[in-house]
Amino acid sequence: MTTEHNDSNVLIEVQGLEKHFKNSTVRALNGIDVKINKGDVVVVIGPSGSGKSTFLRCLNLLEVPTGGHIWFEGQEITDKKNDINKMRQKMGMVFQSFNLFPHKSVRQNITMAPIKLGVMKKDEANRRAEELVERVGLPDKIDTYPNSLSGGQKQRIAIVRALAMNPDVMLFDEPTSALDPEMIGEVLDVMKELAKEGMTMVVVTHEMGFAKEVATRVIFMEDGKILAEDTPEEFFDNPDNERLRSFLSKVL
Amino acid sequence: MTEWFAHQKALFFLNLIDDDRWRYLADGLVLTLEITFFALILGLTIGIIIAIIRATHDNTYDTMAPGFGKIVLKVLNIISKVYLTVIRGTPVVVQLLIMYYIIFATSNNKLIVAVLAFGINSGAYVAEIVRSGIMSIDKGQMEAGRSLGFNYVQTMTGIIIPQAFKNVLPALANEFITLLKETAVSGYIALQDLTKGAYIIIGRTYSAFMPLIAIALVYLVLVMFFTWLVGRLERRLRSSDH
Repeated sequence: MTTEHNDSNVLIEVQGLEKHFKNSTVRALNGIDVKINKGDVVVVIGPSGSGKSTFLRCLNLLEVPTGGHIWFEGQEITDKKNDINKMRQKMGMVFQSFNLFPHKSVRQNITMAPIKLGVMKKDEANRRAEELVERVGLPDKIDTYPNSLSGGQKQRIAIVRALAMNPDVMLFDEPTSALDPEMIGEVLDVMKELAKEGMTMVVVTHEMGFAKEVATRVIFMEDGKILAEDTPEEFFDNPDNERLRSFLSKVL
Repeated sequence: MTEWFAHQKALFFLNLIDDDRWRYLADGLVLTLEITFFALILGLTIGIIIAIIRATHDNTYDTMAPGFGKIVLKVLNIISKVYLTVIRGTPVVVQLLIMYYIIFATSNNKLIVAVLAFGINSGAYVAEIVRSGIMSIDKGQMEAGRSLGFNYVQTMTGIIIPQAFKNVLPALANEFITLLKETAVSGYIALQDLTKGAYIIIGRTYSAFMPLIAIALVYLVLVMFFTWLVGRLERRLRSSDH
């Protein structure tokens, strides 16, 4: 089954993905098929409850799908025989609520995974951490604790923490939704920078400006299905789906 | 008044100085500390393991895929629940006596019997304290840890437990103080702990006041010292809060 998913351009392939939460009558995901190529910046939008976060969380198995298959770099993630922890090391994730480790300093937050998982030596991880916080403009915060940071700073550090593992793809789960308006820009700037460097990204967001400017593809989801998928130009200027048109008219 | 003082002084000498009777208390203190220390370590170990089993079961059982792991978790959870029910449902003195007269009837090492009895007893209380701490940690912490590639146990021990531990430190300190004082029943299995030491002196001198007040003071000072120590630890762990 793996041989046919070895197209070296495809980073993530999703087939017939389904998620049915216990104690719920609706399917959160109802047959999702999508291919994410290397260097893609895929932005997923949709009304709340459309399943977009669930979809994203299925990609690294934080949410276990109830049906369908996902391949990452030719290996099937949904196959229990494969080591999910190993694969997650190559998939960075950024959360809406940051989820920094409050009992560890910024430096420890960033270096903990590379060191403990044996990806880097301590010196190397430290150097990488210093270089990364420099890049997001927070070099003076490296030895502080997360609780002393603003929301925007926390999220930039959270991005750095994921990047420290040198992932092949970054998953963003509404990274700016918990931020004060004046802090959204600083986080989006870091994400734009990343996209420019060629990082493959899957972004669930409500920031239409970001989608227009940065995305290579935009996906519109509703009721656990993909209703539209196109380049941002086509997507925003010529929406061919009735439901998408009404959604866009409300958010733009 | 001077007469009263003279009397007290005589009692003091009779109970603590004559025949080096203070030695009963000194040796008893050492034994009390030994039992407490090893029981504390045993209790913490059992408690954390049981807490992880219980929390893992409550958090993940429903979403777990069927298989061998799920069955093991179920069995471990049932064992943990039985342990908690039995230990918390019976007096520690009874547990100590059962341990001594029934389970270790053929063994003569009373110290080990006491450490096991008090440690196993304390573990039940520690387990529920630590479990409440684990439950209080936002589930985003587990997700963040897992998303970086840590496995479940690595995330638990490296990220969740340290935060949970900090949150429950006051409750844990309380449990340790209780443990220290509960070892006073060690005399039931003829161990000469601090309390038993006072009892022996009373048996020799037929005067109870001095020995009992003396050990009460010793326990009090121990607890105060321990409380002070935990306070310092708490302040140190709080350094990440600002």
